Amino acid sequence: MGGVPSEDPIDRSERQLMEWERRTGALVDVLREKQVINTDELRRGIEAIPPDEYRRLGYYERWSSSLEILLVEKGLLTTREIDGRAAAVGERWG
Amino acid sequence: MGADHDHGGDHRHPGLAEDLSLSDPARRLLAMEELLVEKGVIDANDVRRVMDVIAARAPVDGARVVARAWIDPAFKLRLLEDPRAALAELGYPAVSGAMLAVVENTEAVHHLVVCTLCSCYPTSLLGPPPDWYKSFAYRSRAVVDPRGVMREFGLEVGEAVEVRVVDSAADLRYMVLPRRPEGTEGMAEEDLVALVTRDSLVGVGAPNQPAVNS
Amino acid sequence: MARFCPGDRVRVLPNVVDTHHRTPSYVKGRIGRVHALSGSFYDPEDRAYGGTGLPKRELYLVWFGMQSLWGRRYRGGEEDKLLVDIYEQWLEPVGEPAGSQG
Repeated sequence: MGGVPSEDPIDRSERQLMEWERRTGALVDVLREKQVINTDELRRGIEAIPPDEYRRLGYYERWSSSLEILLVEKGLLTTREIDGRAAAVGERWG
Repeated sequence: MGADHDHGGDHRHPGLAEDLSLSDPARRLLAMEELLVEKGVIDANDVRRVMDVIAARAPVDGARVVARAWIDPAFKLRLLEDPRAALAELGYPAVSGAMLAVVENTEAVHHLVVCTLCSCYPTSLLGPPPDWYKSFAYRSRAVVDPRGVMREFGLEVGEAVEVRVVDSAADLRYMVLPRRPEGTEGMAEEDLVALVTRDSLVGVGAPNQPAVNS
Repeated sequence: MARFCPGDRVRVLPNVVDTHHRTPSYVKGRIGRVHALSGSFYDPEDRAYGGTGLPKRELYLVWFGMQSLWGRRYRGGEEDKLLVDIYEQWLEPVGEPAGSQG
């Protein structure tokens, strides 16, 4: 991002993080603590997000994408499992 | 919506109702968390426990460190030389992960912190960063036009002052030790704490001026 | 052992690589000076792919003059600087410019 031309004003509005965002931050910390993933892997996973999608996603949404890449890569979860459970989560929480 | 969705069971996420509609990445994150618990990779209480730890961190912790450095020059030197040990003195134990580094603002030098590659921030002391710190606008502009960025935050740095932008690209997380405001001589430590703003710890703001009392 | 000392003139390698690294592209190929040694850390370029990150790598806080980085585009003082942490494997030594007083 550094030096990429931008004249955009900085949106300084403050807000509380949403519950799922706080959960994301905590889940990543837990997985780091248990040495399931490390910060460098998380960053590499974020960089693997295509540029258009990267710009579209929010900060913790990028963490979610990266985490999925890593957990699938490590064989802990499958995309299919996550698809199925995400649909169920969606039905429960809208 | 909201309360009607609170139907119990193993998969309750208390408080999620506030999020109204979850994006796809949010759902997938919650799905991953549930699956990791079911597979025994993490314990059911792990995430909540860490959420509580994170919630307990706030910019006021950075403010306490700054106020102590203002009143205790020997502590300030230790803070700049070995932040980990200095923080431990104040009861902030070393946490695993990123190391904190402290840069001091003086009459001659003003520091501003950014992370252009991602959004590294001294979260272990200050809590999660504000949205603007993570924004593309801040991350791209802070290294090219720091004075313009600071002006947007209401901070005018004099021409004679050297601006140093720190891009925390790697393993250190930088916190600014702002200048002690004039007219605060003799103020109690806890009153100084109240002057230190979060933005002054990033370098986009200055500490508040003390209220003028009769 | 750290290869560079504070004050050393260094160039950031211009390498464009697809793999994970922590060197911001806007300083690649640019000349700066070592401001401070930041310590040695697990190598992120290895750890990012599940490696041990060993051997550890030296990390340096390197400074660049804002006007030398951005030219006329920069709106600010001549002394304004950018400081960025860069790993040793991304730095190479460069001599002092001609006429320099050291």
